[in-house]
Amino acid sequence: MDIQFISKYLPLYVEAAKLTLTIATIGIISSIFVGFCCSLVRYYKIPFIHKIVSIYIELSRNTPLLIQLFFLYFGLPKIGIRLSSESCAIVGLTFLGGSYMAEAFRSGLEAIPKIQRESGLSIGLTKFQVFWHIILPQAVTISMPAFSANVVFLIKETSVFSAVALADLMYVAKDLIGLYYKTDEALFMLVCAYLIILLPISIIFSIIERKLRYAGFGN
Amino acid sequence: MSKKEKILEIKHLKKNYDDTVVLNDINIDVCKGEVVVILGPSGCGKSTLLRCINGLETIQEGEIYLSGEKISNQDKKMHLVRQKVGMVFQSYDLFPHLTILDNILLGPMKAQHREKKEVVVEAEKLLERVGLLDKKNAYPRQLSGGQKQRVAIVRALCMHPQVMLFDEITAALDPEMVREVLDVMLELAKEGSTMVIVTHEMQFARAIADRIIFLDSSKLVEESSPEEFFTTPKTERAKQFLNVFDFDIAK
Repeated sequence: MDIQFISKYLPLYVEAAKLTLTIATIGIISSIFVGFCCSLVRYYKIPFIHKIVSIYIELSRNTPLLIQLFFLYFGLPKIGIRLSSESCAIVGLTFLGGSYMAEAFRSGLEAIPKIQRESGLSIGLTKFQVFWHIILPQAVTISMPAFSANVVFLIKETSVFSAVALADLMYVAKDLIGLYYKTDEALFMLVCAYLIILLPISIIFSIIERKLRYAGFGN
Repeated sequence: MSKKEKILEIKHLKKNYDDTVVLNDINIDVCKGEVVVILGPSGCGKSTLLRCINGLETIQEGEIYLSGEKISNQDKKMHLVRQKVGMVFQSYDLFPHLTILDNILLGPMKAQHREKKEVVVEAEKLLERVGLLDKKNAYPRQLSGGQKQRVAIVRALCMHPQVMLFDEITAALDPEMVREVLDVMLELAKEGSTMVIVTHEMQFARAIADRIIFLDSSKLVEESSPEEFFTTPKTERAKQFLNVFDFDIAK
């Protein structure tokens, strides 16, 4: 292991990690937003739109992110839409993540017994109040494990962004291997970088999950 | 009875799911302070009737009036109606993510926009009456079934409903817990609450009811005083129904 090499190129990894994290954060936040809207559309079976949402979810979950990125990066310019690498990455991650988040939230929403809604209504709350005060808090708690698994999954998926020429962690590692043939060091740093990003996130989420469970759910 | 003020009037109510008629031409008047118990075999539409009154089900024909105001099929205004009609369900329906006190406060504060202080005082008073004041900061999962149902009753009462509906609220309870819940209801009856109760507890029905209504296969078959209903039922069907509870005959 060439320590000198590692210390010399460490700043490259730090830069790449920042970019990866920035894109992942934006992508995940918009995934949550898209997913939340889609789950509501499916849960309340809003006519017509819920069919479109179902198609989107199936399409997104059953195609690899790499192919989705290729479509955005190489396909769209053919019809005159040209996106930067960053935009492609964010749109691609949102397209993929939206469907996973939608299903995570929906599982939470559907786990709430019907009687909860009815007893909310029976104390005179409006449909929205029932959703806001009764359904949503419970659904979020129930979908938390699926939600956190998705966040980790989406961050890991960022490793394919190099395919659309985004200078992320994977891109830097491949670059260094290509230039200096220092495969061991480059990949070692890559693994470390992902672990440093993901381990704290996993730990934080498991603490949150435990906290929520203790907050007392289920009869 | 006719001199008293009518609180709830059900006129020619008809309810069906597609081709299946669940309730057919039901006419019931409930006066202020009256306790009406609805009896009948499973599937006769008792629970559906309560759900129609509370607007959880739409009705196909007929009307329901509360204090002279039409409340059936109000769509957009239904939540205003439900603020005046309290309902307690068979399954424990407390909100698991809220403490007992917050469960009770939710309706009065969010639906009726009442002052928190005032509602807390009232909620605590009611909790004390049902012997659960020490549980006010507990979560529903820490309570027994009977305790949960008593809280559910308090939660409904705190809305100051004009009429309370009880849908087999002791059906899922252990026998010992049934008693504590029924005692609360008996007390409410004594205080003059207007109640419509669906139950399978015959002894209780006899003790609490001012009037018994017997439903069978979606129709109102018999309406009489509890004394009359349990000793000399008018219809053959009611006799048959009551015999099921008489184990001496089976011996």
